[in-house]
Amino acid sequence: MDGTSTLGFGFSGFIKERLLTLQEYSRMTARAFQNIFLKPFYFTDTLLQMDVIGVGSLPIVVLTGFFTGAVMALQLAATLAQYGQIERTGQLVSLSLVRELGPVLTSLMVAGRNASGMASELGSMVVTEQVDAMRAMGTDPMKKLVTPRLLATVIMNFFLAVISDICGLTGGFAYAVGALRLDAAQYWYSAYHALDFGDITQGLVKPIIFGIIVASVGCYYGISARGGTRGVGRATTQSVVAASVLIIVSDFLLSRLLIGLLG
Amino acid sequence: MATAGRPVDMATLTHPELPIPTPPVTPVLQFEHVSMAFGAEKVLEDVSFQVSRGETKVLLGETNTGKTVLLKLALGLLRPTGGKIFVMGQEVSALPEEVLFGLRREIGIVFQESALFDSMTVRENVAYRLVEEGEMDDQQIEERVRTCLRFVELEATLDKMPDELSGGMRRRVSIARALAAEPDIMLYDSPTGGLDPVTATTIMELIIKLRDVNKVTSLLVTHRLQDAYLMATHVWDAEKRALKPAPSSQTHTTFLLLRDRHIIFDGSASELQAQTDPYIKNYLS
Repeated sequence: MDGTSTLGFGFSGFIKERLLTLQEYSRMTARAFQNIFLKPFYFTDTLLQMDVIGVGSLPIVVLTGFFTGAVMALQLAATLAQYGQIERTGQLVSLSLVRELGPVLTSLMVAGRNASGMASELGSMVVTEQVDAMRAMGTDPMKKLVTPRLLATVIMNFFLAVISDICGLTGGFAYAVGALRLDAAQYWYSAYHALDFGDITQGLVKPIIFGIIVASVGCYYGISARGGTRGVGRATTQSVVAASVLIIVSDFLLSRLLIGLLG
Repeated sequence: MATAGRPVDMATLTHPELPIPTPPVTPVLQFEHVSMAFGAEKVLEDVSFQVSRGETKVLLGETNTGKTVLLKLALGLLRPTGGKIFVMGQEVSALPEEVLFGLRREIGIVFQESALFDSMTVRENVAYRLVEEGEMDDQQIEERVRTCLRFVELEATLDKMPDELSGGMRRRVSIARALAAEPDIMLYDSPTGGLDPVTATTIMELIIKLRDVNKVTSLLVTHRLQDAYLMATHVWDAEKRALKPAPSSQTHTTFLLLRDRHIIFDGSASELQAQTDPYIKNYLS
């Protein structure tokens, strides 16, 4: 941490600083995972975070999912109608949502709400010496603060993505049946049969990885916040930007990997 | 009575006129040629001193002379760039963080800005360490919390949040929190900084009371000379529940003075006052 100011200036200094950040981020994330299996276990803190992250994010995830599904049905139906394939609306809504939009949009929402929350909360604790006080009283802040947030985000992001998928399909259904006058049974039949094992696996693996990104980035920026309230503000903004960009980039890489593996 | 707790020396039994040998005093806290730097900026250089059991060391110095850094080094919150630090015989400068968590349970610290957990009540703050240790049941924890808060005369604030308390009250809760685990060593980082004179005196009374009642080894950082002298010249009178003047042999308090990253004085209050160094004379005036 302290070595950053000795790294020098210019391009090499910039690269070294980034590498040092990456190293610290990786070490923190690795330790947070390692702590899942080491005593003491902070079940209450984890449950509390699951409530804050999961239940707290539910309204925005439900609304985002529902209207994303509805707008997809609206946009796709117009194109499909040109080819006389409007009955395939459910299929396309289902595929797009489960493979991509459900996990990505949910994770972006969770990042916007919770990565920032984690960074500001932990950052405030750092600058007011509460984290030092915790260490001074024999508590490992990684165990007490980071691991419960990581675990809670991974678990809840998974379920939120599933809920988002369901809400998206419902939104698509509402528009398809209400506005396009499609048959309800046909919509659900085509939506259901469009999905195979690979699609569902993609849809379930992605939110887990994205959950790790959201929590680890939020906690890293929080724990490494310096410079008073201005530093906390900067850490909060950076955490949302970094988590969002990482989610988008890793979505591409994950999609490529999973398509290669699962077809 | 004088030999209670010590191995009996046969020489003193056969020759009662010989003085009873004093056992070697193992320092509770020891700095050996410690240096600290943040990047290129040196904060401490070649700092050496030790604090014996039951002793209080008052660390004086102007602002930005590395006093807080020195306290954090003693607790292992920071790692020195050179030298060794021993706390109760263990080299904290070489121990991994996981081992330090256990050692830190023997040490209480009062931070400059209290560092209370702002999302917890006063009760939860004071009980924090006890709950974490998990060795006491709820009733025992409640009793200990109330005892500690009674010591700082804040039992009525149990269910208040830190932001409902004044600066002085927060400082007192911070002392109660540090006390809860009955530490062997107390570290105080400018406990009276930013407080009005009356509240500052109340805090100093508490620190002196803690020193004399619990016989806690202390390292007190301050830039207020009046606090340092109060510590060195007064003891707690349990009967009158007030401070009373006492000779230095009873207060077990010595001073360290930091200047430009170095310790320039280590000794008693009277020795400090007798110094002829122009900087020290100017500092004391």
